[in-house]
Amino acid sequence: MSAVTTTNLHGMLAEFDDPEAVVEAIHRTQEEGYTDFDTFSPYPVEEFADAQHAHTSWLPWIVLAGGVAGALTGWALQFITSTEIYPMNIGGRPFNSWPAFIVVMFECTILFGAFSAVFGMLALNGLPAPYHPLFNVESFKRASQDRYFLCIEAKDPNFDAERTRAFMESLNPIEVNEVEE
Amino acid sequence: MANVPFSDDDPRTRLKSPIVAPGHTPATVTDKISTVITAETPKWWFLGAAAAFGLLSIFLLSVGMLFYKGVGIWGINNPVYWGFAIINFVWWIGIGHAGTLISAILLLLRQNWRNSINRFAEAMTIFAVACAGMFPLLHLGRPWRFYYLLPIPNTFELWPQFRSPLIWDVFAVTTYALVSILFWYVGLIPDLATLRDRAKNKFAASIYGILAAGWRGSTKHWHQYEVASMLLAGLATPLVVSVHTVVSFDFATSQLPGWHTTIFPPYFVAGAVFAGFAMVITLALPLRYLFNLQDFITDTHMDLMGKVMLATGLIVVYGYAIEIFIGWYSGSPYERYMLLNRMTGPYQASYIALFVCNFVAVQFLWSKRVRSSMLALFIVSMFVNVGMWLERFVIVVTSLHRDFMPSSWGMYQGTIWDWSTFVGTIGLFLTLMFLFIRFLPMISIFEMRMILPEASKAKKEKH
Repeated sequence: MSAVTTTNLHGMLAEFDDPEAVVEAIHRTQEEGYTDFDTFSPYPVEEFADAQHAHTSWLPWIVLAGGVAGALTGWALQFITSTEIYPMNIGGRPFNSWPAFIVVMFECTILFGAFSAVFGMLALNGLPAPYHPLFNVESFKRASQDRYFLCIEAKDPNFDAERTRAFMESLNPIEVNEVEE
Repeated sequence: MANVPFSDDDPRTRLKSPIVAPGHTPATVTDKISTVITAETPKWWFLGAAAAFGLLSIFLLSVGMLFYKGVGIWGINNPVYWGFAIINFVWWIGIGHAGTLISAILLLLRQNWRNSINRFAEAMTIFAVACAGMFPLLHLGRPWRFYYLLPIPNTFELWPQFRSPLIWDVFAVTTYALVSILFWYVGLIPDLATLRDRAKNKFAASIYGILAAGWRGSTKHWHQYEVASMLLAGLATPLVVSVHTVVSFDFATSQLPGWHTTIFPPYFVAGAVFAGFAMVITLALPLRYLFNLQDFITDTHMDLMGKVMLATGLIVVYGYAIEIFIGWYSGSPYERYMLLNRMTGPYQASYIALFVCNFVAVQFLWSKRVRSSMLALFIVSMFVNVGMWLERFVIVVTSLHRDFMPSSWGMYQGTIWDWSTFVGTIGLFLTLMFLFIRFLPMISIFEMRMILPEASKAKKEKH
């Protein structure tokens, strides 16, 4: 491997072919005192999330807010148009015939909720992100296929290119690569 | 998505036969499914796509003729104003329902056998809704003014009449189409990343790359992703039930005998799932044969889908029985006449055929031998496809053609343009399906990886 240049390094990336080894590696990385690291897998592995304590999400609250906004929008649309803007006498029923408005309110709740779920998820994940330093590593292409990766980022206070590489080599990876910025 | 495989001792994993053939690893699954897209286009694809496009051309021709001459080229008349357009609309939208059921409800119920069929079932949903959407629009008479249906501020200061089930339908179907597309896209993101990383040329890599939105498979991302999937499934579940319920309101809120009944919403929803599963089987059998995907869409899947079809079919038959019972029990001479006319009148043949297709043919599914014979299953599913169309035909036409006053009675049959429009939408559906199987993974790759033995290995390590 070439000499380590610390100037513009995003982090150090270890490649694994076994999810069990990654769970072990996450624990050891934490014991070593690293905090700015992440793992990558071709499918969601609950054990990685457990080990990284990635269990909180604001998404349900975002979706709740979206759903409530949808319900209010649906109600306001029907109430205002049916009573103020364009009141129509249909069979002598009241202008504000709210039971008939339930269906559209319901559909708007679902619609706004679903949009908040999708765009909320993308926003919380910082996507779309067409460029990311990890894509500079050729072997990272397999993160979407059959390999598992652990990346310790350079911004971690404990990060030191040589020491971190030595530590990562001790985790029994297939290989360790530098990630250039 | 969130249906992480269960440990080996979980009773839910003890299906008699496997849902994925033994010996597969994430690498082989990825290879096998994405090779369908990266390999040379097979010859039969060109033939199939050309045939589908031929049917689509018939659709374009029929619509062109319709725009030129107007809805008079159809068989609709006084008193049967609702003809093929409504029958086909209900038929197509019903077919879509199985896709959402598989992708959302079976996800919430943690039925991980769905992982290999959800992707193309969702695609089927979107394409079926696209076909369904054609009919109300074409039926408008002035389809270029379709935006009158929507609550858009306009210079006439006109607004929709929100007490009408027809505007509810606009909201339900639009929401259903949009949410189905969102759900489908979210499910595709990780697989689009796979295709981006395996693309053989720069053009494909950039198209898939843009669509994949920079997905990298980070554990933190996966966590938010799974939360989003579960929330979407939770939202889609009541939505799918509401859509066919609202469609049935188009009928049930009217005063016509045979339509004005409370059994309609549940009976329509069950019929939709029934028809949808029949279509999933109709599509899955040739697909898995042509692309050699028996490892992933196994006989177990077919067996389970056969059972769902049988169960929902029985609910539909229960609906038929209640209709007959209420016709007698209501004591209403109009209800009773409508039923007698349906059973013995000029459309008797359709009614009998509908019973043969939806009741008699389905009973063969009690037999394990029928459920494990692919040919038999295919034949039964074709019967159901036809039967469910006949059901809507019988509902729409028999209630309308005998008006309350005998002086207004009439007869209805589709003209050549009715048939060509209907066949044309089948062409639209098949064309979209052919494009889909060529350019997108028809089986969810990442969800297949989740049900492999390798994925449950880490499970045992759990502290």
